[in-house]
Amino acid sequence: MSDVKLIKVTVDGKEVEVPLGATALQAAELAGAEIPRFCYHERLSIAGNCRMCLVEVEKAPKPVASCAFPVMDGMKIITDSPGVRNARRGVMEFLLINHPLDCPICDQGGECDLQDQAVAYGQDMSRYHEHKRSVTDKYFGPLIKPIMTRCIQCTRCVRFATEVAGVPELGAVGRGEALQITTYVEKALSTELSGNLIDICPVGALTSRPYAFVSRPWELAKTDSIDVLDATGTNIRVDSRGPDILRVLPRVHEDVNEEWMADRGRFSIDAVKKRRLDRPWVRQDGKLRPATWPEAFQAIATKLKGLPGDRIGAVVGGLSDAESIVALKDLMAALGSQNLDCREDGAALDASNRAFYLFNSSIAGIEQADALLVIGSNPRVEAPVINARIRKQVLNTHMPVAVIGAEVNLTYPVTHLGNGPDALRGVMDGAFGDVLRNAKRPMILLGRGALARPDGAAVLAAAWALAQSLNAVTAEWNGFNLLHTQGGQVAALDLGFLPGQEGKDLGAMLGGGVDALWLLGADELDPSLIAPGTFVIYQGHHGDRAAGRADVILPGSTYLEKDGTYASTEGRVQRGRRAVFAPGEAREDWRILRAASELLGHALPYDDLAAVRARLVAVNPSFARVDEVPAPAAISAKPAGDAAPLGSAPFTLAITNYWQADVFGRASEVMAECARAQAPTPAMAAE
Amino acid sequence: MALQDKDRIFTNLYGLQHWGLQAAQKRGNWDGTAGLIAKGRDWIIEEVKQSGLRGRGGAGFPTGLKWSFMPKPDPEGRPSYLVVNCDESEPGTCKDRDIIRHDPHTLIEGCLLAAVAMNARAGYIYVRGEYYNEHLILQAAIDEAYASGLLGKNAAGSGYDFDLYVHRGAGAYICGEETALIESLEGKKGMPRLKPPFPAAVGLYGRPTTVNNVETIAVVPTILRRGATWFAGFGRPKNSGTKIFCIQGHVNKPCNVEEEMSIPLRELIERHAGGVRGGWDNLLCVIPGGSSTPLLPKHICDDVLMDFDALREHKTGLGTAGVIVMDKSTDLIRAIARLSKFYKHESCGQCTPCREGMGWVSRMMDRMVEGRAEIEEIDVLESVTRRIEGNTICALADGGVWPVQGLIRHFRPMMEERIAAYRARHAAPAMPMAAE
Amino acid sequence: MTEAAVDHLDPNWRNSHAEPESFEFDAESEAQIAKILARYPEAKKASAVIPLLYVVQKQMGRQTGSAWVPRIAMDKVGERLGMAPIRVLEVATFYFMFNTKPIGRFHLQVCGTTPCMLRGSDDVLRACKDAGHLKGYGDTSEDGLFTLSEVECLGACVNAPILQVDDDYYEDLDYDRTVQLIEALKRGERPKPGSTIGRQTSAPEGGPLTLLDVPGGE
Repeated sequence: MSDVKLIKVTVDGKEVEVPLGATALQAAELAGAEIPRFCYHERLSIAGNCRMCLVEVEKAPKPVASCAFPVMDGMKIITDSPGVRNARRGVMEFLLINHPLDCPICDQGGECDLQDQAVAYGQDMSRYHEHKRSVTDKYFGPLIKPIMTRCIQCTRCVRFATEVAGVPELGAVGRGEALQITTYVEKALSTELSGNLIDICPVGALTSRPYAFVSRPWELAKTDSIDVLDATGTNIRVDSRGPDILRVLPRVHEDVNEEWMADRGRFSIDAVKKRRLDRPWVRQDGKLRPATWPEAFQAIATKLKGLPGDRIGAVVGGLSDAESIVALKDLMAALGSQNLDCREDGAALDASNRAFYLFNSSIAGIEQADALLVIGSNPRVEAPVINARIRKQVLNTHMPVAVIGAEVNLTYPVTHLGNGPDALRGVMDGAFGDVLRNAKRPMILLGRGALARPDGAAVLAAAWALAQSLNAVTAEWNGFNLLHTQGGQVAALDLGFLPGQEGKDLGAMLGGGVDALWLLGADELDPSLIAPGTFVIYQGHHGDRAAGRADVILPGSTYLEKDGTYASTEGRVQRGRRAVFAPGEAREDWRILRAASELLGHALPYDDLAAVRARLVAVNPSFARVDEVPAPAAISAKPAGDAAPLGSAPFTLAITNYWQADVFGRASEVMAECARAQAPTPAMAAE
Repeated sequence: MALQDKDRIFTNLYGLQHWGLQAAQKRGNWDGTAGLIAKGRDWIIEEVKQSGLRGRGGAGFPTGLKWSFMPKPDPEGRPSYLVVNCDESEPGTCKDRDIIRHDPHTLIEGCLLAAVAMNARAGYIYVRGEYYNEHLILQAAIDEAYASGLLGKNAAGSGYDFDLYVHRGAGAYICGEETALIESLEGKKGMPRLKPPFPAAVGLYGRPTTVNNVETIAVVPTILRRGATWFAGFGRPKNSGTKIFCIQGHVNKPCNVEEEMSIPLRELIERHAGGVRGGWDNLLCVIPGGSSTPLLPKHICDDVLMDFDALREHKTGLGTAGVIVMDKSTDLIRAIARLSKFYKHESCGQCTPCREGMGWVSRMMDRMVEGRAEIEEIDVLESVTRRIEGNTICALADGGVWPVQGLIRHFRPMMEERIAAYRARHAAPAMPMAAE
Repeated sequence: MTEAAVDHLDPNWRNSHAEPESFEFDAESEAQIAKILARYPEAKKASAVIPLLYVVQKQMGRQTGSAWVPRIAMDKVGERLGMAPIRVLEVATFYFMFNTKPIGRFHLQVCGTTPCMLRGSDDVLRACKDAGHLKGYGDTSEDGLFTLSEVECLGACVNAPILQVDDDYYEDLDYDRTVQLIEALKRGERPKPGSTIGRQTSAPEGGPLTLLDVPGGE
């Protein structure tokens, strides 16, 4: 960064220093001059076609598109002259002649670039008296609602789909004034990042189908939060009105999600209103009946009374906040139980060192990697935004990527080395072994699917050993990466929500090892595995599969309804904030646990959020380092890996149905529609 | 004094002889080519510079200077390219067609010499899709040249290796713009690229590339054989050489003819095209250089010279030297409106002002043809063309609005009369309208 | 009222009966493809997209009598050249010479741009309508023989007005000669392309005034 040559340019008489290779637009922004634009987007290739960003450059015969014009030393740029203003007014007029004046019924209204710029460069009346153009609408799938007559042909969507999402399915067909954006076939876009098209569309041509005609931006309360539906740690803004969450948008975080967001986090929010547990339930005579909080707590107290600690167990699910995890852990400790687990899939995680379960290279670090080996993972569906970052690196640097496990389309070229542990064992003997050996910053990306199996510990140990053998676990670079699938998992590991020394793990607990089992948001385990006779306390927000097996149901809050702390797969601690209150009698989860502890006679020693968070830090100091990722360190330790030796069964993937991979997805009608739309057509399935 | 046959470069312009190699060699093609190449890159560029040759595709950029922008051979052996623009689509222009179907070997030999000058090891001739039969002849001539050792390894015995290919377009005027042509040749839509970078730095397949018009390349062998001074001896300074003119429209005998640059327009029309239909006084106006160049009313045509500078003085240009003659029977507004329709049809759709503005201009012009407009709308029309001009990536939009501007500049009263006549025909009684 | 944009896409193209069930290049096409691909560097074979679309259009003409490019064939072109299908569709709809819908046996393409207009292209159009039984541009005759299109400047302006029939230019036309040409096509004849008044290509009518004294001349 330091060796970038700086040059001086003058913008509207003000001298600024910019790096060589900067564009006139960037220089102008550095000088504080605002340049209107439609087609230009800093994360997409430059098209230079909207012509809104025209500026004058001294000695240039005609105005230049500042977004595409490289500055040179001593160049004089004029961003605000009569000529420039006239050119921009012209562009605005041309954009508006064929643009429908349907702002009152357009969902982009109030947050439309065209509307905003029209205030600055528009005229108060139209000189256009000819017929206006109408464009046939297209089908983009259940998430995007195209109103193509509004399209201004900036091609941002085409470039996003082709470049970022890696699905070349959008194009601009025809030419001249008949140029129009379309999909190739009338089929949903095959990407998990499609919602970003709505964000990058500068007008109301691509809008959100679920959000259609729902609200106006100025009616919305905006709450900054974190998406926990995958483990990326995507920064989001939750827009709500009264008690309703109406939409979720990404916030910029350069080191995490840049400005992108995955579709499930954005569009499964209708699940917040579906199949919710909004009151306690207690099983009586074999049937669940509505109950009051005191009744529910009493039922628990009655059951637990006299049970020895080792007959009580607890499992936390992958969407849980750190506050409730620590509260449940403390409660279990008070009850004398070490039977804890947070690995609903049974993955062989080793929490003895934080580096054993983190995405150590960091998400931003992907852009420094020079080789990638993916083992038992499909990052495209497990963490779509991280996959887009990998794709970016592949496009920018031709980083070689190899995959061991199921062959899936990751949107970039990969070498497939094999399906199972054999390929992992032999990786250094093949051609890709040389790639890894020669790499300065190799990455190994291990998926949960490679660990949730009998030889998972051996796979973990082998992957770690591979990273060490590549000299990729040093103070400069840690190339070992575990990709989790849910946003609450790492905090649970950080808090040690795992079997204590005498404790039973998930399998033992389900299999009759305990008499009472507290499930906190544990929606991914298979409740049919719970031994008959086990008393199940289900604390969570949806009437999903585990709730049906419960003896007591304690209605909790979704991540959108509580202030919660989460650690992402790269170990970044971030805070989600409550956007709305949970429905009915549902409460924030740590408070439920705090109240229960009192009735169980083991009152937890914290009464407010600050105190719980102090407790988090006490348990693991990393919770004090909000929005930081751990620095790489040389580690000589190794994961235990002493269980079964490497087997030969092919790796399976943690997620096969992206749209319905979690409790939100299963409750969401929008996600159900996506799953249908993305499924093979009946005709094809019949073949 | 008119150009004599002995000084004509395109000696088979009308296809009186066979296009094939044997006949071409009798006409002097491929004579001592290896010797010219032996004189080296610098000599070729210098001769072309000295000859004063300016690009024949419309823009008139000095050819030798353009070639000198091409870099030295790549140390890693990566190629540079020569691309020849035969996407001849400017209305009024049909000269390159005659070169590739009647005199293809002048072009092929020119390609080899130009390639040497710009270190290109491969060349593509981009022929407009509609020239199907013509491209077959060009391809056959290239096949002949390969068979005779004039192309390929050690081309024409010069020690220089050069491959030449024909690539057909498919109906898009915009591909005559050099960067759109490159995009098209790469298998994409013909949408012009942002410049910089220029093709000489980043062109076809990302490599240094020079795009030249067919006629520009085809005159090079003769220039090199007969000398820069010979070529520079025709026409006025900075406007030198010979040029193929396409004389058409309301003349008695439309034709192509190679003439001296700077020939007076009236002499050109009367000597070669049998004069204006109904006599010179029946002339209304002339579009001097293909559709993009603004028209000239008769009084300017009386004595204007046909070269770059003289025509620029009259706010028009030599363009491609497609001379479109219109006599007094012409519905001039309709003639220009049809050009507006052409540019609307041919806009690639990339830049906002062109994509949206060309349709607007075309629709207004259609109303102007009828007179179904307000007088003030002539000013709106003019203003719209000014908002389009100069604000787009390429020059298609400029060329598309100039004819309209020329019409308004020289024939505004005609437009006003048309509007008044429409009014008179459609004058509706005021009262019944109000009563509705 | 709004003016409908030219819609290049039938949203239900898969269900369109014109769309063939399948498309495979035949032997003649394969031979052409091999020659075409040799012209471009292997890594740049997308350059061959326009030539291959022509191959498709010609093959359809040979096989069905209607020279057009079905969507299913665009898929084949994309496969062959390593291009996403949408990129092929972009190209096929950008360039005017690809027919993305079926056309008649003969494609009558009237140049309507100003140079031809000045020399009587209105008469050529009228003759096409009359003799070909066509309602106007875009129409295909009921017998499937003719499709009428207006094209932009064909680049043969000194021989205006021009009618392009498939690949061939017929020049120096008027109403009567256009009718004669179309009648000949109906009879299955293919008149010699070029000037219909016997002109020597682009030379002035009545014979060249220049190039009377050139070396090599007979």
